[in-house]
Amino acid sequence: MGQDGARSALRRGGIELEGIGKAYGAAWAVRRVDLVLGPGESLALFGPNGAGKTTLLKILATLVTPTRGSGRVAGFDLRTEQEGIRENLALLAHGTHLYEDLTVRENLEFAAAMRRRAAPLEALLTRVGLAEAAGERVRALSSGMKRRLALAKVMLAEPAILLLDEPFTNLDQAAVVLLEGYVAEVLTRGGTVIMATHDLARGYAACRRAAVLVNGRLIHEAPARVGGLEDLREAYVAATREGAG
Amino acid sequence: MTSGGSRLVIPLGVATGAALLTGLYTGLVGAPADAVQGEVQRIMYLHVPTVLSAYLAFTVVFVGSVGYLLTRREGWDILAHASAEIGVLFTALTIAAGAIWGKPTWGAWWTWDARITTTTILLLIYLGYLMLRAAVEDRARGARYAAVVGILGFLDIPVIHKSVEWWRTLHQPSSLARGAIDPVFQLPLMVNLAAFALLYAFLLAQRVGVGRLEAEILRRRLEE
Amino acid sequence: MSAGQVWALARKDLLTEGRSKETLNGLLFFAALVLLIFGFALGPDPARLEQAAPGILWVGFILTGVLGLTRAFQVERENECLEGLLLYPGDRGALYLGKLLGNVVLMLLLELTVFPCFAFFYNMPLWGALPGLLLTALLGTVGFAAVGTLFAAMTMHLRAREVMFPLLLLPFVVPVLLAAVKGTEAFLRGAGRAEAFPWLTLLGLFDLVFVTVSLFAFEWVVEE
Repeated sequence: MGQDGARSALRRGGIELEGIGKAYGAAWAVRRVDLVLGPGESLALFGPNGAGKTTLLKILATLVTPTRGSGRVAGFDLRTEQEGIRENLALLAHGTHLYEDLTVRENLEFAAAMRRRAAPLEALLTRVGLAEAAGERVRALSSGMKRRLALAKVMLAEPAILLLDEPFTNLDQAAVVLLEGYVAEVLTRGGTVIMATHDLARGYAACRRAAVLVNGRLIHEAPARVGGLEDLREAYVAATREGAG
Repeated sequence: MTSGGSRLVIPLGVATGAALLTGLYTGLVGAPADAVQGEVQRIMYLHVPTVLSAYLAFTVVFVGSVGYLLTRREGWDILAHASAEIGVLFTALTIAAGAIWGKPTWGAWWTWDARITTTTILLLIYLGYLMLRAAVEDRARGARYAAVVGILGFLDIPVIHKSVEWWRTLHQPSSLARGAIDPVFQLPLMVNLAAFALLYAFLLAQRVGVGRLEAEILRRRLEE
Repeated sequence: MSAGQVWALARKDLLTEGRSKETLNGLLFFAALVLLIFGFALGPDPARLEQAAPGILWVGFILTGVLGLTRAFQVERENECLEGLLLYPGDRGALYLGKLLGNVVLMLLLELTVFPCFAFFYNMPLWGALPGLLLTALLGTVGFAAVGTLFAAMTMHLRAREVMFPLLLLPFVVPVLLAAVKGTEAFLRGAGRAEAFPWLTLLGLFDLVFVTVSLFAFEWVVEE
């Protein structure tokens, strides 16, 4: 995919969700989410475990079909144009999606073939600091290095929509800087970012808006402004208490 | 919704009962005994209708499965599930009746006769269908998986038929003479066919009703 | 759908298998064991064994296949790799074909290694019949794996998967078993293409229909 192709894909950033809900059996994982994010916008998603953050991200990534509601991701309809969404979206998830018996390079080559891209693999490996370990089996890597490889796979996709689920777990300081830099880069290119995290400070620093998801509902959606971290912390704690009560 | 169904159920039940009784009479009393096989031949009035009703049931499973996958409306899934249960019941009855007929006629409960073998494979396929539904916890997922099995199973039926038939005939000639049915036997057969078709419809209606109630309960528990 | 994706996935699976080799070795050992055990169960009369040989061979392939087919999706459980596969762009059918290709190649490798053991234990004259045997093995394996890959994906998350998978699969692939055994038998006897032809045609038809249907059905099996 040439430079022009990539740029036009990025121009299609943006997420619109209306009345999204997902039920499993007799329980709602996500009750009702309405959300609009434009290109270049970012959202930090906080919330207690089980609030539905991961489910919401999975819905956006077309991994889970919503029980109700509609939406558009990167300009494509959530229910009927899923292939278009996947073409322009990447998810840095809980699981690394790595094959332990293959080498670092082989994992990346596989991802490139599946993404149908001929990407500059060596440059990517250098960027995430894995150039020297390229020939090693993933099983031999530390968990921090594995997360970096997972990030390289995401970078490979050049996504217009970037979703991150607890991205700061198991990362050393250098990798944190790397990740934050990449998120900023995606935003500058006009992409949209949603980051689900427990790390209030880092989420706040990386994203321009913040929201709390409790019991499947979005609460306290607000722009992240200087000095607003305390407000957010209070709202988070209050919402968590409400939800638990 | 349910009121419309129950208006049909009672006359359907009455008609089924009447038809079964008539069928019983014509089969046991009205029709003469077979010249060669004797009284045991009468079980054919049960055996043939049950197997044909089973095929009808599995066709409905196919239709319901396709309907569900295309529309994702629960009603189709309930229909498929109900029909599968009844189909399995009728298939088991068919095999049992066949065995009861087989013992005095061929001297064995079980032979590898093409039709009985095919019917048994079908029983196993749709039993698997029911077990799969029970094994999957998420209802929507279970319905989807079952629909896939329901469709594949139906498509496999002709292939199983052909392969077992060749397997039998290419190996040894069929010892079962399959001549045309004497007209005097046709009437009781037809009556019983109709009776069992009605029985299928009646049981289906009942089972679908139960399925609808179950779905309603789940829906109420979900709504908050 | 992209052929590149299909090939990349199959290649990845074969590469992984080649690295660890644990599954392949285990399956090989298991297949040889099955051949031996049948020898014990049905022997030592060589005439009886010779008659039963094609059946024993294919039961061996199928039992081993049941163990091997689940492997294709179990390897995707570590690190949530299946989720990773589902995130890639393109048709989900490519995932099915990639897995199918990997499964078929592995099973064929297995079968190629088992054939000499078979010739050894059962004193089978393989040389002359080899092309026919290989063709039968290819067609039979594709049919078995076509449905098996789909059902393996279906049962991968179930707690009772070790039981549910063979339970679902085996009745479905009875036609494949029948045709493969009869075809193998015909070739071993030197009866040649004429006798084996109908069976091979049946296999070809089964393969065509069920690869196509499973290809479309796969989408419904992997979604949530």
